[in-house]
Amino acid sequence: MDETSAFQLILSGDPHLLAIVRLSLGVTLAATLIAGVLGLGLGACLALTRFPGRQGLVVALNALMGLPPVVVGLLVFLALSRSGPLGFLGLLFTPQAMIIAQTILITPIIAALSRQVIEDLWAEYKDEFTAMDVPGAMRVRALLWDARFSLVTILLAGFGRAAAEVGAVMIVGGNIEGFTRVMTTSIALETSKGDLPLAISLGIILIAIMFCVNALAWGVRQWSVRHAG
Amino acid sequence: MQDRWPHKDAAPQPLLRLCNASLRYGAVDVLQDVSLEISAGGPVILMGPNGSGKTSLLKLMMGLVAPSAGEVHCAQSQASFVFQKSVMLRRSVAANVAFALQAAGLPANDKAIHAALDRVGLSHLAQRPARRLSGGEQQRLALARALSRNPAILFLDEPTASLDPAQTKAVEDIVQASAAMGVKIVMSTHDIGQARRLGSEVLFLAHGRLVERAPAPSFFNKPESPEAQCFLAGDLVISPEFKS
Repeated sequence: MDETSAFQLILSGDPHLLAIVRLSLGVTLAATLIAGVLGLGLGACLALTRFPGRQGLVVALNALMGLPPVVVGLLVFLALSRSGPLGFLGLLFTPQAMIIAQTILITPIIAALSRQVIEDLWAEYKDEFTAMDVPGAMRVRALLWDARFSLVTILLAGFGRAAAEVGAVMIVGGNIEGFTRVMTTSIALETSKGDLPLAISLGIILIAIMFCVNALAWGVRQWSVRHAG
Repeated sequence: MQDRWPHKDAAPQPLLRLCNASLRYGAVDVLQDVSLEISAGGPVILMGPNGSGKTSLLKLMMGLVAPSAGEVHCAQSQASFVFQKSVMLRRSVAANVAFALQAAGLPANDKAIHAALDRVGLSHLAQRPARRLSGGEQQRLALARALSRNPAILFLDEPTASLDPAQTKAVEDIVQASAAMGVKIVMSTHDIGQARRLGSEVLFLAHGRLVERAPAPSFFNKPESPEAQCFLAGDLVISPEFKS
């Protein structure tokens, strides 16, 4: 039975399987970290500043939340390929290229959602902060801190999106065994080869990770309601 | 405007001055040509019917909105504001006070925080999330935040509007204690009883105009403007343009 073999692979701690999981988590965590810094910064900036063209930028950012991964993969591929503008970096078919692709994919998601959260909180706090004459930098810090639980949930959503993505990392990573093969690309490959136990075991782990991420987001939300109001 | 303040010439340096200040939102004149000075002394109560411009005048005084015409002179660094529905930061009671202290450039140490909370009787709730306090406790915390900045003038926009009598009494006690310590109170209220209890002077607004200014006893015993007479008699104060 394929299912039994899949569970055996997981329980036995198969080194091949563990290496794939480790690389997947490493790439996705790195992408989430970079996208978090970029996205939260961009989101806060858009929420708290007013300039010509801001509305257009907000609409564009919202639209980019639905970026097709394969298109991102294609663009990053073109940029990093030997004849592309960033070809001299030699990053194509490396984990770094996969991190770049995932970062591009989830930065708009984090930026757009965090902008909305921070803007809503700013609408609530604006009069109080103005009355207290709170300095600009302190306002930003306070808003980010008070929105921290919602922002963590957004980061977890970004992580989930990146971890489940297959098209972009397949194109820019090349799905090279032991080097750029991650869970999603392995599942696609092993399924096409008919090696279902490995595909199923990776699928189980991927779903388990998604479940854990969502449980963590839910837990953060519950804790914040109870302890921070 | 009918001004019956008896010691105007002897008044000390004003904390606040409005010169022909007007406020307009779109086509609506919210405040028209308001001129007044407020100096140190007992609490000033802003009264008037709904829509008369009380909240707008307080915001104008505090500098939260800019006048459409005229001038407003008030040192915002010496002023604090408590809103009708104060917004609590998503953190503990103590952290809310610490934030106000930091925003004012004051040391946010335990001693200062607990002194501010003691002043409003909330020390025992210092570690509780501020948003989990009752409405009355939240208003007292808003007062603690405002007073922690050591303001010369404190604006209060109907701070007891949705509170029960016990919570109203607690807030009024804090307001009276602050006034006794030399903080100039400028407070709007709908509650005539509260205005009698707290006010030493009344500013009466109707239709965006300051129509009467008088010491509280004179105002309540013998209001001079027709609008104030109507208001105190419990009649509706309707703008002439809406009268048939």
